Amino acid sequence: MTSIGTGYDLSASTYSPDGRIFQVEYANKAVENSGQDLSRSTAIGLRVKDGIILAVEKLVHSKLLIPEANRRIQTLDRHLGLATAGLLADGRQLANKARDESANFRDSFRSPAPVKYIADRLGSYIQVYTLYSSVRPFGISTIIGGVDQDGPSLFVIEPSGVFFGYHGAAVGKGRQLAKTELEKLKLSDLSMRQAVLEAARIIYLVHDDSKEKTFELEMSWVGNDTNGLHVPVPKDLLSEAEQKAKAALEDFE
Amino acid sequence: MDHFPTNWGRPRNDGFDAYGTYPIAQRPYNGLGNDVFSEGVQRTQQPIVTGTSVLAIKYKDGVMMSADNLASYGSLARFKDIQRLHPVGTNTIIGAGGDMSDFQYIQALLDDLMVEEFTEGDGDGHALGPGEIHEYLSQVMYARRSKMDPLWNSLIVGGVKDGKRFLSYVDLLGTTYSASTLATGYGSYIAQPLLRKAVEGNEDNITEEEAVKILEQSMKVLFYRDARSLNKYQIAKITSDGVAISESRSVDTQWSFADGIRGYGAQTQ
Repeated sequence: MTSIGTGYDLSASTYSPDGRIFQVEYANKAVENSGQDLSRSTAIGLRVKDGIILAVEKLVHSKLLIPEANRRIQTLDRHLGLATAGLLADGRQLANKARDESANFRDSFRSPAPVKYIADRLGSYIQVYTLYSSVRPFGISTIIGGVDQDGPSLFVIEPSGVFFGYHGAAVGKGRQLAKTELEKLKLSDLSMRQAVLEAARIIYLVHDDSKEKTFELEMSWVGNDTNGLHVPVPKDLLSEAEQKAKAALEDFE
Repeated sequence: MDHFPTNWGRPRNDGFDAYGTYPIAQRPYNGLGNDVFSEGVQRTQQPIVTGTSVLAIKYKDGVMMSADNLASYGSLARFKDIQRLHPVGTNTIIGAGGDMSDFQYIQALLDDLMVEEFTEGDGDGHALGPGEIHEYLSQVMYARRSKMDPLWNSLIVGGVKDGKRFLSYVDLLGTTYSASTLATGYGSYIAQPLLRKAVEGNEDNITEEEAVKILEQSMKVLFYRDARSLNKYQIAKITSDGVAISESRSVDTQWSFADGIRGYGAQTQ
């Protein structure tokens, strides 16, 4: 970033001479690592044959917090879920917007919104925050997953507003390692249960407990196993997945 | 830009085209008779496509409800495969008589409500039960009648939640009441006495088979007596296991007595 400090990074509405928008790049930094303790987390999404699994490594910055407080995975509609890495409050705002979009689609067409439609609308919404000097771009990368008429689909939206569809997605601090692990999986062959175990294993693997504080594993799923509803992974399966993840981690080390 | 400071902050007069933007013949006219109210506010003054009675009773395991599959257009039997029993969530069913388009609107309203509860709750395991659904509907129905624009229905809400049976009524005026037997429309005159006789005081003893029999008998009487009814109906039950709506069915009827009736129509002797 050679142009830092040359005045081109003061506003999202200004290009640098080499065609970059620094405020958007800083927003990516907010997602990735620096910034507050709270935003240093990883989120992954797996698209398998029968559904979607979302998992988040949520750092617990205080022992005084109620367990499972400050959820990072949110439900947008019966069939849609969203996980964010980055600023928690930005994620909440985006989820509320997504719920509005999904409800509006229902009112207009009397059918559940396609995942791609919601990703598209949210992408456009986020992009608008890269155009004006009076606003700050969203400091989150978003994984949105769900099951619609065409089966399961998974999208990632970045602070620039760009979005892509994925078989497996990872955002946030540990995304590089998570991506490498996701690439090793045969995602299209996994059952939803297997995918839950893999997702837990990956989150435990990317968590760096030499540096980081304690964390909570947060997981949700939507697909055939849940009758097409986006719900948290049930407690017994979650604890089974956590145990197996810890065991795998010990083997690994 | 209006260059006269005395006009600033006041409503603008779009009727006056200060800069001659439009040819004289095409200038926008915002005077009398050109606004959204010029034809008056349109309100529902009568139902159009209608459903007839809904019957419901409490029994040992929960609540049972029945309604036929007919949506009439006036006296014409227009649609014969309309479902008038509608599940809401996992332990509630609503049954509707009256205007079917208003009923469809109510279904959409409840669907939006359930989605909102599902997302805001975010997996907390709590869902709206029959009591909440009925309260919500009664507020909507009363609000609409107070706007002089009612949703033209009479609705029965039944369900089981936390082991408790729930059965209540609400109509286009926002009137509500509960009882162990309920009937809407023509059924409230013809079937309600039969249901009361069979059910009242006996709610905790009636088995599922007996409950089905009671409703079948009443549906049969209604088919004989109600000219807006159809011998094709569904029975729904709500128990602690959830909701189940049957396939369409019919009862055997006997019309040979009609031969002997004299005094109507075109008989000559």
